[in-house]
Amino acid sequence: MKIKRAIKKITGMQMFLPIASMLLVMAVNIIYDVSNGNAVFNFFTISLRNGVLFGRIIDILNRGSEVAILAIGMTLVVSAAAGADISVGSVMSLAGGMCCMLLAGFGNANVSQYAVPLWVGLVAGLAIACLCGAFNGYLVSYLNIQPMVATLILFSAGRAIGLLLCNSTIVYVRVPSFQFLGGYFWMLPTPIIIAAACVLVMSLILKHTALGMYIQSVGINKNAARIAGFKSRRIIFTAFVISGLCAGIAGLVATSRIYSADTNNIGLNMELDAILAVALGGNSLGGGKFRLAGSIVGAYTIQAITTTLYALGISSAQAPVFKAVIVILIVTIQSPAVTAYFERRAVAKALRANKEAMRV
Amino acid sequence: MNRKAIVQRSRRGMNNSNILLMITIGLFIVMYTAGSIVYADKGFDHLQTFLNILINNAGLICVACGMTCVLLTGGIDISVGALIGMVCMFMAVGIEFWGLSSPVLMILILLIGITFGLVQGLCVGYLNIQPFIVTMAGMFFARGMTAVISTQQVTIKSDEFFVMLANLKFFIPFEIGAYVNSKGRLMVPFFRLPVIIALCVLVAVFLILRYTRFGRSLYAVGGNQQSAALMGLDVKKTRMKAYMLSSFLCAIGGICYVLNTMAGTASQAAGLEMDAISSAVIGGTLLTGGVGNVIGSFFGVLINGTISSLVKTHGKLISSWSNVVTAILLCVFIVLQAVFTKLKENRKR
Repeated sequence: MKIKRAIKKITGMQMFLPIASMLLVMAVNIIYDVSNGNAVFNFFTISLRNGVLFGRIIDILNRGSEVAILAIGMTLVVSAAAGADISVGSVMSLAGGMCCMLLAGFGNANVSQYAVPLWVGLVAGLAIACLCGAFNGYLVSYLNIQPMVATLILFSAGRAIGLLLCNSTIVYVRVPSFQFLGGYFWMLPTPIIIAAACVLVMSLILKHTALGMYIQSVGINKNAARIAGFKSRRIIFTAFVISGLCAGIAGLVATSRIYSADTNNIGLNMELDAILAVALGGNSLGGGKFRLAGSIVGAYTIQAITTTLYALGISSAQAPVFKAVIVILIVTIQSPAVTAYFERRAVAKALRANKEAMRV
Repeated sequence: MNRKAIVQRSRRGMNNSNILLMITIGLFIVMYTAGSIVYADKGFDHLQTFLNILINNAGLICVACGMTCVLLTGGIDISVGALIGMVCMFMAVGIEFWGLSSPVLMILILLIGITFGLVQGLCVGYLNIQPFIVTMAGMFFARGMTAVISTQQVTIKSDEFFVMLANLKFFIPFEIGAYVNSKGRLMVPFFRLPVIIALCVLVAVFLILRYTRFGRSLYAVGGNQQSAALMGLDVKKTRMKAYMLSSFLCAIGGICYVLNTMAGTASQAAGLEMDAISSAVIGGTLLTGGVGNVIGSFFGVLINGTISSLVKTHGKLISSWSNVVTAILLCVFIVLQAVFTKLKENRKR
C-alpha cells in the first residue's frame, strides 16, 4: 500500500511526464548503442574537438535551443488564452527573411558584406516578429477570436510575406560576424547560451513580477480575472507579443546557423514541436496553471526524440508521424473524458473498500 | 414572445450571414469582371478561364464542403491538405509500384479517409480534446506517412483506365463560349471529370445540410452544444460524424486532385487546409459554428481560384502573392464576423 502511494505521488508530480519521457529516450539510446557495439554510455560522452565541446548531449542542447525558446512564449500563450499560437514557425521564417533582406539589400541573393549595420538587421527581425505577435494578440484579446484561428492567418501569410521580402530566393549573407548567433562562443555553441539567457530572463521576470500570476488567473477564468480587476485583454496581448518575440529570437538563431534566409524551410513544423513541448511539460493545453521548467525540459525531450529518430535512420520527413502519435497519446491522457474515467474508477474503488470495511 | 416575433428574430439572425454571403458573391463578380477587363488581351474573359478555375479547384470544392460541415459544429479540421497529399501519394505509388488497379485503390482511399476521420472524430467527440490539436496531429501524421510511403515524385502513367479518366474532356454543347485562337483553330470550352464529381458533392452536401436529420443536427450542435444535448441530440456522435464526413470528402477531393496532377509528391497540396478554411469563412460560415452553408463556400473557392488565376495571368508576380492576398481576405472576413457577433450580442442586451 505504501509503495502504491509512493508511485502515485511520483506520477502525480507535474515534472513526471517530461522527466519520464526523457529517461525513456535515454534508455532507447543506450539499447541502440549496445546493440550496435558502441560503448554503453556513448550517448552521454562529451569530448573536446577543435577546441569546442562535442557529443550527442551537446548536439541535442544545441539543436533544441529554438524549440526551447519557442516553448517559453508558447507556454505563456497557452496558459493565458487556452489556445496555441500556431504562427510561430512562420514568424521565425519571416524574422529571418526580414533580417537577411535588410543585411543583403533587397533583391541581392548572395552578399559578402552588410548593406546596413548588423544590429539594424537583428533589431528589424525582432521588431517584425513582435509586430506579428501584437497582430495575433490584438485579434485574440480585443476582437475575441479563437487563438488558433487568429494565428492561422499568419501561419500561412508569414511565410508568404517572408518569400516576398526575399524575392522568392534563398538570401545568403556570407559574413563571419553574422554566423556568430548560430556558431560557437568559447567552447559552447552560442544557441545554447542564448536559450539559457532567454529562460533565465523569463524566469526572473516570472519570479520578481506578478506577470505569471496574472497570466494564470486570466487563463483559469478570463471574466473572473477581469472582474477581480486584472486587465485581461492587456495580459493576453502581452503573452502573444512575448510569443512573437521568442519566435523572432528563434528565427534569427535558425537563420544564423545556415547564414541564409531559407524562407521555405526555416521553422517548418516548429509549431508542433513547441506545442508538444508545452504538453509534454505537464501543462494543460486548456489554459490556466503553467510551469515554465516543465516546458523547457519538454522542449529538450522533443529534440532528444528527434535526434534519436534520426540516429535510428528515420528521415526528417517521416519523423512527424511519431511526434503526432506522441501528441495524441499525451492529450488523450490529459483529456477530460479519460481523467473523469480514472476518477470514477478511484471513487468506485474507495466505495467498495468502504463497503467491505463496513461488512467487517 | 409570439410566433411572429420568433420568425422575425430568426430572420434577423440569418441576415448577418446573408450579408456576408452577398458580400462574397459581389466580391467574386467584381473581381472576375475586373480581371476580364484588365486581362482581356490575355484571354481572361473566355468561358474556358472560368472552367479552368473549376477544374483546378475541383478537389478544393470537395474539401471546402467537408470543412464547412466541421466548422458548422464549431470545430476545425486542418488535416485536410496533408490528407490529400497522402491520398495522392498512395494512389501514385499504388498504381506504379504495387501494381494495383485504380478502382480498387479508389475504394481503399475512401476507406482510408473514413478511418482517418473516425479516429479524429473519436478524439474530438468522445475524448473531448480540442479539435485543433487533434487535427494538427492528424496533419503531421498524414504528412509523415506520405514520406513513409515514398519520398520521391511518382508520376502515374501505367494504368490505362486512370489515364483515360484523367484525360476525359466534356465539351460544352452548341459551342457556347467557343472562340478562334491565334492559329485559327476553333476552341470549344470543355471541363473534366473532377468538376462533375465536385459539383455532385456540392449538391449532395447542400441537400444533406438542408433536409436530413444529420444536417440539421450539425447546425444545432454548432449553435449551442448544451441546448442541442438538452433537445436529445447525440452531440458526441454528431461531432464525430462531422469529422468523418470531412475526411471522407477529403478523400474524394484527393481523387479529384490526383486526376488533375497525375502525380504524388511529398509536399503536395501544402497549405490546402488554409485555402479550404478561408473559402468557407469568406463564404459566410461562422468560425464559432452554427451559421453557414456550402453555397457560400463554393463562392469562396471561386474567389480563391480567381485570385491565383489573376496572379498567374499577370505572369510577373511571385506566386506567394496569392497566399498573401488570400490571408488578407481571410483576416478581413474574420474581423467582419467578430464585429457582426459583437453587434448581435449588443442587440440582445
